[in-house]
Amino acid sequence: MITKRIIPCLDVKDGRVVKGVNFLGLNDVSDPVKLAQYYSENGADELVFYDITASAEERALFTDILTRVAETIFIPLTVGGGINTLADFDRVLKCGADKVSVNSGAIRNPELIGGAAKRYGDQCVVLSVDVKRVNGEFHVFAKGGREDTGLDALDWIRRGVDAGAGEIVLNSIDTDGVKRGFDLEMLRAVCEIVGVPVIASGGAGGIPDFITLFRELPKVDAGLAASIFHFGEVGISDLKQALFEAGITVRR
Amino acid sequence: MIAIVDYGVGNLFSLKSSLAMIGAEAIVTGDAARLRAAEKIILPGVGAFEDAANKLRDSGLDQVVTGQAQAGKPLLGICLGMQLLFERSFEYGEHAGLGLLKGDVVEMRLHIPAELKVPQIGWNALIFKQPEHPLFRYIHEGDCVYFVHSYYATHCEDSTLATTEYGAELTAAVGRGNIFGCQFHPEKSGKVGLSILKAFCEI
Repeated sequence: MITKRIIPCLDVKDGRVVKGVNFLGLNDVSDPVKLAQYYSENGADELVFYDITASAEERALFTDILTRVAETIFIPLTVGGGINTLADFDRVLKCGADKVSVNSGAIRNPELIGGAAKRYGDQCVVLSVDVKRVNGEFHVFAKGGREDTGLDALDWIRRGVDAGAGEIVLNSIDTDGVKRGFDLEMLRAVCEIVGVPVIASGGAGGIPDFITLFRELPKVDAGLAASIFHFGEVGISDLKQALFEAGITVRR
Repeated sequence: MIAIVDYGVGNLFSLKSSLAMIGAEAIVTGDAARLRAAEKIILPGVGAFEDAANKLRDSGLDQVVTGQAQAGKPLLGICLGMQLLFERSFEYGEHAGLGLLKGDVVEMRLHIPAELKVPQIGWNALIFKQPEHPLFRYIHEGDCVYFVHSYYATHCEDSTLATTEYGAELTAAVGRGNIFGCQFHPEKSGKVGLSILKAFCEI
Protein backbone atom coordinates (compact mmCIF):
# COMPACT_ATOMS: atom_id res chain seq x y z
CA MET A 1 0.00 0.00 0.00
CA ILE A 2 1.11 3.52 -0.71
CA THR A 3 3.08 5.07 2.13
CA LYS A 4 2.36 8.26 4.05
CA ARG A 5 4.81 10.97 3.04
CA ILE A 6 6.88 13.19 5.30
CA ILE A 7 7.84 16.46 3.65
CA PRO A 8 10.25 19.08 4.99
CA CYS A 9 9.66 22.56 3.63
CA LEU A 10 12.53 24.99 3.01
CA ASP A 11 11.91 28.72 2.78
CA VAL A 12 14.68 30.27 0.72
CA LYS A 13 15.56 33.97 0.71
CA ASP A 14 18.70 35.62 -0.64
CA GLY A 15 20.05 32.18 -1.41
CA ARG A 16 19.78 30.96 2.18
CA VAL A 17 17.29 28.86 4.09
CA VAL A 18 15.40 31.21 6.37
CA LYS A 19 15.40 30.10 10.01
CA GLY A 20 17.80 27.38 9.05
CA VAL A 21 19.83 27.46 12.22
CA ASN A 22 20.74 24.97 14.92
CA PHE A 23 20.33 22.07 12.61
CA LEU A 24 21.71 18.80 13.89
CA GLY A 25 24.86 17.54 12.31
CA LEU A 26 25.39 20.31 9.81
CA ASN A 27 27.84 23.15 10.05
CA ASP A 28 26.45 25.55 7.51
CA VAL A 29 22.81 25.04 8.18
CA SER A 30 21.53 27.78 5.94
CA ASP A 31 22.87 26.34 2.71
CA PRO A 32 19.80 25.07 0.86
CA VAL A 33 21.79 22.58 -1.18
CA LYS A 34 23.37 20.96 1.88
CA LEU A 35 20.11 20.89 3.77
CA ALA A 36 18.25 19.35 0.81
CA GLN A 37 20.91 16.70 0.45
CA TYR A 38 20.76 15.94 4.16
CA TYR A 39 17.00 15.43 4.02
CA SER A 40 17.16 13.41 0.84
CA GLU A 41 19.67 11.03 2.39
CA ASN A 42 17.87 10.81 5.72
CA GLY A 43 14.43 9.63 4.82
CA ALA A 44 12.45 12.65 3.62
CA ASP A 45 9.95 11.46 1.01
CA GLU A 46 9.81 14.73 -0.84
CA LEU A 47 11.03 18.29 -0.48
CA VAL A 48 9.26 21.60 -0.90
CA PHE A 49 11.22 24.73 -1.77
CA TYR A 50 9.57 28.09 -1.31
CA ASP A 51 11.07 31.11 -2.96
CA ILE A 52 10.31 34.04 -0.68
CA THR A 53 12.54 36.53 -2.47
CA ALA A 54 11.35 39.75 -4.00
CA SER A 55 13.75 41.09 -6.60
CA ALA A 56 14.56 39.70 -10.01
CA GLU A 57 18.19 39.28 -9.00
CA GLU A 58 17.25 37.18 -6.01
CA ARG A 59 14.94 35.17 -8.24
CA ALA A 60 17.80 34.37 -10.57
CA LEU A 61 19.84 33.27 -7.56
CA PHE A 62 16.98 31.02 -6.46
CA THR A 63 16.79 29.45 -9.91
CA ASP A 64 20.49 28.74 -9.74
CA ILE A 65 20.17 27.11 -6.31
CA LEU A 66 17.22 25.07 -7.49
CA THR A 67 19.28 23.62 -10.31
CA ARG A 68 22.03 22.65 -7.89
CA VAL A 69 19.51 21.08 -5.51
CA ALA A 70 17.84 19.12 -8.31
CA GLU A 71 21.20 17.79 -9.44
CA THR A 72 21.98 16.37 -6.02
CA ILE A 73 18.70 14.97 -4.70
CA PHE A 74 16.77 12.06 -6.17
CA ILE A 75 13.43 12.42 -4.50
CA PRO A 76 10.49 14.50 -5.75
CA LEU A 77 10.92 18.24 -5.51
CA THR A 78 8.08 20.76 -5.34
CA VAL A 79 8.75 24.43 -5.87
CA GLY A 80 6.52 27.32 -4.88
CA GLY A 81 6.62 31.04 -4.25
CA GLY A 82 6.11 33.73 -6.86
CA ILE A 83 4.44 31.41 -9.37
CA ASN A 84 2.10 33.67 -11.35
CA THR A 85 2.34 32.56 -14.97
CA LEU A 86 2.99 29.55 -17.16
CA ALA A 87 6.42 31.06 -17.80
CA ASP A 88 7.10 30.72 -14.05
CA PHE A 89 6.11 27.04 -14.26
CA ASP A 90 8.44 26.62 -17.18
CA ARG A 91 11.32 28.32 -15.40
CA VAL A 92 11.26 26.10 -12.30
CA LEU A 93 10.47 22.88 -14.16
CA LYS A 94 13.49 23.44 -16.37
CA CYS A 95 15.61 23.68 -13.22
CA GLY A 96 14.51 20.18 -12.26
CA ALA A 97 11.36 20.70 -10.17
CA ASP A 98 8.82 17.89 -10.43
CA LYS A 99 5.80 19.78 -9.18
CA VAL A 100 4.94 23.43 -8.89
CA SER A 101 2.93 24.90 -6.07
CA VAL A 102 0.61 27.82 -6.72
CA ASN A 103 -1.08 30.01 -4.13
CA SER A 104 -1.64 33.78 -4.50
CA GLY A 105 -0.92 33.60 -8.23
CA ALA A 106 -3.87 31.23 -8.67
CA ILE A 107 -6.14 33.43 -6.58
CA ARG A 108 -5.36 36.41 -8.81
CA ASN A 109 -5.66 34.32 -11.94
CA PRO A 110 -7.59 31.05 -11.42
CA GLU A 111 -7.02 30.08 -15.08
CA LEU A 112 -3.39 29.45 -14.16
CA ILE A 113 -4.37 26.10 -12.60
CA GLY A 114 -6.16 24.76 -15.67
CA GLY A 115 -3.58 26.14 -18.08
CA ALA A 116 -0.72 24.54 -16.19
CA ALA A 117 -2.56 21.23 -15.72
CA LYS A 118 -3.22 21.06 -19.45
CA ARG A 119 0.36 21.79 -20.37
CA TYR A 120 2.25 19.84 -17.68
CA GLY A 121 -0.31 17.36 -16.35
CA ASP A 122 -2.45 17.40 -13.19
CA GLN A 123 0.26 15.65 -11.20
CA CYS A 124 2.49 18.69 -11.68
CA VAL A 125 0.11 21.28 -10.23
CA VAL A 126 -0.07 21.62 -6.46
CA LEU A 127 -2.61 24.04 -5.04
CA SER A 128 -1.36 25.47 -1.78
CA VAL A 129 -4.04 27.17 0.29
CA ASP A 130 -3.62 29.30 3.43
CA VAL A 131 -6.80 29.02 5.45
CA LYS A 132 -8.05 30.74 8.59
CA ARG A 133 -11.35 30.68 10.42
CA VAL A 134 -13.34 33.90 10.12
CA ASN A 135 -16.67 33.96 11.96
CA GLY A 136 -16.78 30.18 11.93
CA GLU A 137 -16.08 29.88 8.21
CA PHE A 138 -12.92 28.79 6.47
CA HIS A 139 -11.52 31.73 4.52
CA VAL A 140 -8.69 31.70 1.98
CA PHE A 141 -5.93 34.16 2.79
CA ALA A 142 -3.50 35.58 0.26
CA LYS A 143 -0.09 37.25 0.41
CA GLY A 144 1.46 34.86 2.87
CA GLY A 145 -1.57 34.88 5.13
CA ARG A 146 -1.89 38.67 5.43
CA GLU A 147 -4.97 39.33 3.34
CA ASP A 148 -8.45 37.84 3.72
CA THR A 149 -9.72 37.18 0.21
CA GLY A 150 -13.22 36.41 1.48
CA LEU A 151 -13.16 33.24 -0.61
CA ASP A 152 -14.70 30.18 1.03
CA ALA A 153 -11.83 27.70 1.33
CA LEU A 154 -13.85 24.60 0.50
CA ASP A 155 -15.33 26.25 -2.61
CA TRP A 156 -11.91 27.43 -3.72
CA ILE A 157 -10.30 24.02 -3.22
CA ARG A 158 -13.13 22.29 -5.07
CA ARG A 159 -12.74 24.72 -7.97
CA GLY A 160 -8.98 24.18 -8.01
CA VAL A 161 -9.31 20.41 -8.16
CA ASP A 162 -11.96 20.65 -10.88
CA ALA A 163 -9.58 22.85 -12.88
CA GLY A 164 -6.82 20.25 -12.61
CA ALA A 165 -4.88 20.71 -9.37
CA GLY A 166 -3.36 17.30 -8.63
CA GLU A 167 -2.60 17.83 -4.94
CA ILE A 168 -3.69 20.16 -2.17
CA VAL A 169 -1.40 21.57 0.49
CA LEU A 170 -3.62 22.84 3.29
CA ASN A 171 -1.88 25.35 5.54
CA SER A 172 -3.93 26.17 8.58
CA ILE A 173 -3.06 29.69 9.71
CA ASP A 174 -4.92 28.98 12.97
CA THR A 175 -2.57 26.17 14.00
CA ASP A 176 0.60 27.34 12.24
CA GLY A 177 3.45 27.90 14.68
CA VAL A 178 1.32 26.87 17.65
CA LYS A 179 2.90 23.39 17.73
CA ARG A 180 -0.14 21.72 19.27
CA GLY A 181 -0.93 19.51 16.33
CA PHE A 182 -2.37 19.72 12.84
CA ASP A 183 -5.77 21.28 12.20
CA LEU A 184 -7.74 18.05 12.09
CA GLU A 185 -11.14 19.74 11.76
CA MET A 186 -10.08 21.78 8.75
CA LEU A 187 -8.28 18.84 7.15
CA ARG A 188 -11.28 16.58 7.64
CA ALA A 189 -13.52 19.07 5.86
CA VAL A 190 -11.13 19.23 2.89
CA CYS A 191 -10.63 15.44 2.71
CA GLU A 192 -14.38 15.01 2.43
CA ILE A 193 -14.64 17.08 -0.73
CA VAL A 194 -11.58 16.16 -2.81
CA GLY A 195 -10.29 13.00 -4.45
CA VAL A 196 -6.69 14.14 -4.86
CA PRO A 197 -3.90 13.82 -2.30
CA VAL A 198 -4.12 16.22 0.66
CA ILE A 199 -0.96 17.37 2.41
CA ALA A 200 -1.34 18.64 5.97
CA SER A 201 0.65 21.69 6.96
CA GLY A 202 0.77 23.88 10.04
CA GLY A 203 0.85 22.94 13.69
CA ALA A 204 3.14 19.94 14.02
CA GLY A 205 5.00 20.15 17.32
CA GLY A 206 6.30 16.63 17.67
CA ILE A 207 6.08 13.00 16.62
CA PRO A 208 2.70 12.33 18.33
CA ASP A 209 1.09 15.01 16.14
CA PHE A 210 1.95 13.04 13.00
CA ILE A 211 0.68 9.79 14.51
CA THR A 212 -2.60 11.51 15.44
CA LEU A 213 -2.86 13.04 11.96
CA PHE A 214 -2.60 9.77 10.07
CA ARG A 215 -4.67 7.79 12.58
CA GLU A 216 -7.53 10.26 12.75
CA LEU A 217 -7.52 11.13 9.06
CA PRO A 218 -6.51 8.12 6.95
CA LYS A 219 -7.30 10.15 3.84
CA VAL A 220 -4.45 12.60 4.47
CA ASP A 221 -1.47 11.58 2.33
CA ALA A 222 1.37 13.56 3.77
CA GLY A 223 2.53 15.77 6.61
CA LEU A 224 4.58 18.86 5.91
CA ALA A 225 6.61 20.86 8.40
CA ALA A 226 9.57 23.21 8.50
CA SER A 227 11.14 24.39 11.74
CA ILE A 228 10.68 21.21 13.79
CA PHE A 229 12.75 19.39 11.17
CA HIS A 230 15.26 22.22 10.61
CA PHE A 231 15.87 22.65 14.33
CA GLY A 232 16.29 18.93 14.80
CA GLU A 233 13.37 18.75 17.24
CA VAL A 234 12.02 15.88 15.16
CA GLY A 235 14.39 13.60 13.28
CA ILE A 236 12.84 12.14 10.15
CA SER A 237 14.12 8.62 10.78
CA ASP A 238 12.81 8.72 14.38
CA LEU A 239 9.49 9.95 13.09
CA LYS A 240 9.31 7.19 10.47
CA GLN A 241 10.16 4.56 13.08
CA ALA A 242 7.45 5.84 15.44
CA LEU A 243 4.88 5.91 12.64
CA PHE A 244 5.82 2.36 11.66
CA GLU A 245 5.43 1.19 15.25
CA ALA A 246 2.03 2.87 15.36
CA GLY A 247 0.95 0.75 12.39
CA ILE A 248 1.15 3.52 9.80
CA THR A 249 2.68 2.58 6.44
CA VAL A 250 5.82 4.57 5.75
CA ARG A 251 8.94 4.24 3.63
CA ARG A 252 11.93 3.46 5.85
CA MET B 1 27.36 5.60 -23.45
CA ILE B 2 23.64 5.63 -22.59
CA ALA B 3 21.30 7.61 -24.81
CA ILE B 4 18.16 9.14 -23.31
CA VAL B 5 15.65 9.56 -26.10
CA ASP B 6 14.61 13.19 -26.49
CA TYR B 7 11.36 13.34 -28.44
CA GLY B 8 9.91 16.45 -26.86
CA VAL B 9 8.20 14.77 -23.93
CA GLY B 10 8.91 15.52 -20.32
CA ASN B 11 11.72 16.78 -18.23
CA LEU B 12 14.93 14.83 -18.68
CA PHE B 13 16.97 16.83 -16.19
CA SER B 14 16.59 14.44 -13.22
CA LEU B 15 17.21 11.37 -15.30
CA LYS B 16 20.42 12.79 -16.67
CA SER B 17 21.54 13.92 -13.18
CA SER B 18 20.81 10.50 -11.68
CA LEU B 19 22.88 8.75 -14.33
CA ALA B 20 25.70 11.21 -13.68
CA MET B 21 25.40 10.41 -9.96
CA ILE B 22 26.03 6.69 -10.55
CA GLY B 23 28.92 7.50 -12.86
CA ALA B 24 27.24 6.53 -16.12
CA GLU B 25 28.02 8.52 -19.22
CA ALA B 26 24.75 9.68 -20.74
CA ILE B 27 23.50 11.97 -23.46
CA VAL B 28 20.04 13.34 -24.13
CA THR B 29 19.46 13.11 -27.85
CA GLY B 30 16.88 12.97 -30.59
CA ASP B 31 19.49 12.08 -33.18
CA ALA B 32 19.04 8.65 -34.81
CA ALA B 33 22.76 8.12 -35.44
CA ARG B 34 23.63 8.78 -31.81
CA LEU B 35 20.89 6.43 -30.61
CA ARG B 36 22.30 3.75 -32.91
CA ALA B 37 25.80 4.38 -31.59
CA ALA B 38 24.79 4.18 -27.91
CA GLU B 39 25.33 1.04 -25.87
CA LYS B 40 21.98 1.36 -24.16
CA ILE B 41 18.82 3.38 -24.65
CA ILE B 42 16.42 4.86 -22.09
CA LEU B 43 12.96 5.85 -23.27
CA PRO B 44 11.45 8.37 -20.82
CA GLY B 45 8.00 9.92 -20.93
CA VAL B 46 5.34 11.81 -19.01
CA GLY B 47 1.94 13.07 -20.04
CA ALA B 48 -0.66 11.44 -22.27
CA PHE B 49 -0.03 8.24 -24.21
CA GLU B 50 -1.46 9.39 -27.55
CA ASP B 51 0.49 12.62 -27.59
CA ALA B 52 3.76 10.87 -26.69
CA ALA B 53 3.21 8.06 -29.21
CA ASN B 54 2.53 10.62 -31.93
CA LYS B 55 5.62 12.64 -31.07
CA LEU B 56 7.75 9.51 -31.14
CA ARG B 57 6.34 8.52 -34.55
CA ASP B 58 6.51 12.01 -36.02
CA SER B 59 10.18 12.23 -35.10
CA GLY B 60 10.79 8.84 -36.75
CA LEU B 61 12.50 7.73 -33.53
CA ASP B 62 9.94 4.96 -32.98
CA GLN B 63 11.60 3.01 -35.81
CA VAL B 64 15.07 3.64 -34.43
CA VAL B 65 14.14 2.58 -30.88
CA THR B 66 12.23 -0.50 -32.09
CA GLY B 67 15.00 -1.49 -34.50
CA GLN B 68 17.73 -1.12 -31.91
CA ALA B 69 15.73 -3.06 -29.30
CA GLN B 70 15.01 -5.87 -31.76
CA ALA B 71 18.70 -6.00 -32.61
CA GLY B 72 19.39 -6.76 -28.95
CA LYS B 73 20.40 -3.38 -27.51
CA PRO B 74 19.29 -2.94 -23.85
CA LEU B 75 16.28 -0.61 -23.69
CA LEU B 76 14.67 0.77 -20.52
CA GLY B 77 11.30 2.51 -20.66
CA ILE B 78 10.38 4.72 -17.71
CA CYS B 79 6.81 5.61 -16.68
CA LEU B 80 4.98 6.52 -19.88
CA GLY B 81 8.12 5.33 -21.69
CA MET B 82 7.43 1.88 -20.25
CA GLN B 83 3.78 2.02 -21.31
CA LEU B 84 4.88 2.83 -24.86
CA LEU B 85 6.71 -0.52 -25.05
CA PHE B 86 3.38 -2.39 -25.07
CA GLU B 87 1.03 -3.22 -27.91
CA ARG B 88 -1.68 -0.75 -27.08
CA SER B 89 -3.10 1.67 -24.57
CA PHE B 90 -6.70 2.49 -23.73
CA GLU B 91 -5.96 6.01 -22.49
CA TYR B 92 -8.69 8.19 -24.06
CA GLY B 93 -9.49 5.75 -26.88
CA GLU B 94 -7.30 2.99 -28.22
CA HIS B 95 -3.77 3.75 -29.38
CA ALA B 96 -0.96 1.57 -30.69
CA GLY B 97 2.31 1.40 -28.80
CA LEU B 98 5.66 0.10 -30.02
CA GLY B 99 4.59 -3.51 -29.53
CA LEU B 100 7.94 -4.63 -28.12
CA LEU B 101 6.20 -6.32 -25.19
CA LYS B 102 2.90 -8.17 -25.04
CA GLY B 103 0.24 -6.41 -23.02
CA ASP B 104 -2.20 -3.54 -22.74
CA VAL B 105 -2.18 -0.28 -20.81
CA VAL B 106 -5.45 0.27 -18.96
CA GLU B 107 -7.05 2.79 -16.65
CA MET B 108 -6.34 2.20 -12.98
CA ARG B 109 -9.69 3.70 -11.91
CA LEU B 110 -11.62 0.74 -13.38
CA HIS B 111 -9.68 -1.83 -11.38
CA ILE B 112 -9.19 -0.37 -7.90
CA PRO B 113 -11.64 0.53 -5.10
CA ALA B 114 -13.36 3.90 -5.48
CA GLU B 115 -11.90 5.31 -2.26
CA LEU B 116 -8.35 5.11 -3.59
CA LYS B 117 -7.05 8.22 -5.28
CA VAL B 118 -6.02 8.38 -8.92
CA PRO B 119 -3.31 9.13 -9.94
CA GLN B 120 -1.36 6.98 -7.55
CA ILE B 121 1.18 9.52 -6.29
CA GLY B 122 3.81 8.46 -3.82
CA TRP B 123 6.12 5.77 -2.55
CA ASN B 124 4.98 2.17 -2.74
CA ALA B 125 6.67 -1.16 -2.10
CA LEU B 126 7.90 -3.54 -4.80
CA ILE B 127 6.66 -7.13 -4.84
CA PHE B 128 9.12 -9.25 -6.80
CA LYS B 129 7.82 -11.70 -9.36
CA GLN B 130 11.29 -12.58 -10.62
CA PRO B 131 13.52 -11.99 -7.57
CA GLU B 132 16.66 -13.14 -9.33
CA HIS B 133 16.32 -10.64 -12.15
CA PRO B 134 19.55 -8.66 -12.72
CA LEU B 135 17.63 -5.36 -12.53
CA PHE B 136 17.03 -6.14 -8.82
CA ARG B 137 20.64 -7.05 -8.08
CA TYR B 138 21.14 -4.21 -5.61
CA ILE B 139 17.66 -3.90 -4.07
CA HIS B 140 15.30 -5.95 -1.93
CA GLU B 141 11.68 -6.94 -2.06
CA GLY B 142 9.64 -4.42 -0.08
CA ASP B 143 11.86 -1.50 -1.07
CA CYS B 144 9.79 1.56 -1.93
CA VAL B 145 9.87 3.44 -5.22
CA TYR B 146 8.10 6.60 -6.36
CA PHE B 147 5.02 6.32 -8.57
CA VAL B 148 2.98 8.93 -10.41
CA HIS B 149 0.48 7.30 -12.77
CA SER B 150 -3.18 6.81 -13.64
CA TYR B 151 -2.76 3.90 -16.08
CA TYR B 152 -0.92 0.61 -15.76
CA ALA B 153 0.15 -2.33 -17.89
CA THR B 154 -1.80 -5.56 -17.76
CA HIS B 155 -1.72 -8.98 -19.46
CA CYS B 156 2.05 -8.69 -19.61
CA GLU B 157 2.39 -12.50 -19.59
CA ASP B 158 5.79 -13.61 -18.36
CA SER B 159 7.43 -10.20 -18.65
CA THR B 160 6.20 -9.00 -15.22
CA LEU B 161 9.23 -8.53 -12.97
CA ALA B 162 7.59 -6.74 -10.05
CA THR B 163 4.21 -5.41 -8.98
CA THR B 164 2.93 -3.03 -6.35
CA GLU B 165 -0.20 -3.17 -4.22
CA TYR B 166 -2.67 -0.32 -4.67
CA GLY B 167 -6.13 -1.76 -4.25
CA ALA B 168 -5.07 -4.23 -6.94
CA GLU B 169 -1.74 -5.68 -7.92
CA LEU B 170 -0.36 -3.21 -10.45
CA THR B 171 2.55 -3.89 -12.79
CA ALA B 172 5.60 -2.01 -11.51
CA ALA B 173 8.48 -3.39 -13.57
CA VAL B 174 8.70 -5.51 -16.69
CA GLY B 175 11.47 -7.19 -18.61
CA ARG B 176 11.90 -9.61 -21.45
CA GLY B 177 15.32 -10.31 -22.94
CA ASN B 178 17.01 -6.96 -23.49
CA ILE B 179 13.82 -4.90 -23.03
CA PHE B 180 12.95 -3.46 -19.61
CA GLY B 181 10.45 -1.04 -18.15
CA CYS B 182 9.65 0.69 -14.84
CA GLN B 183 6.25 2.21 -14.18
CA PHE B 184 7.78 4.14 -11.29
CA HIS B 185 10.46 6.84 -11.55
CA PRO B 186 13.86 5.37 -10.62
CA GLU B 187 15.39 8.85 -10.95
CA LYS B 188 13.05 10.02 -8.14
CA SER B 189 13.26 6.91 -5.96
CA GLY B 190 16.29 7.76 -3.86
CA LYS B 191 18.98 5.13 -3.33
CA VAL B 192 16.71 2.30 -4.45
CA GLY B 193 16.04 4.00 -7.77
CA LEU B 194 19.70 4.79 -8.35
CA SER B 195 20.48 1.13 -7.63
CA ILE B 196 18.03 0.02 -10.31
CA LEU B 197 19.58 2.40 -12.84
CA LYS B 198 23.03 1.14 -11.87
CA ALA B 199 21.89 -2.45 -12.42
CA PHE B 200 20.51 -1.51 -15.84
CA CYS B 201 23.80 0.18 -16.76
CA GLU B 202 25.63 -3.03 -15.90
CA ILE B 203 23.40 -5.31 -17.96
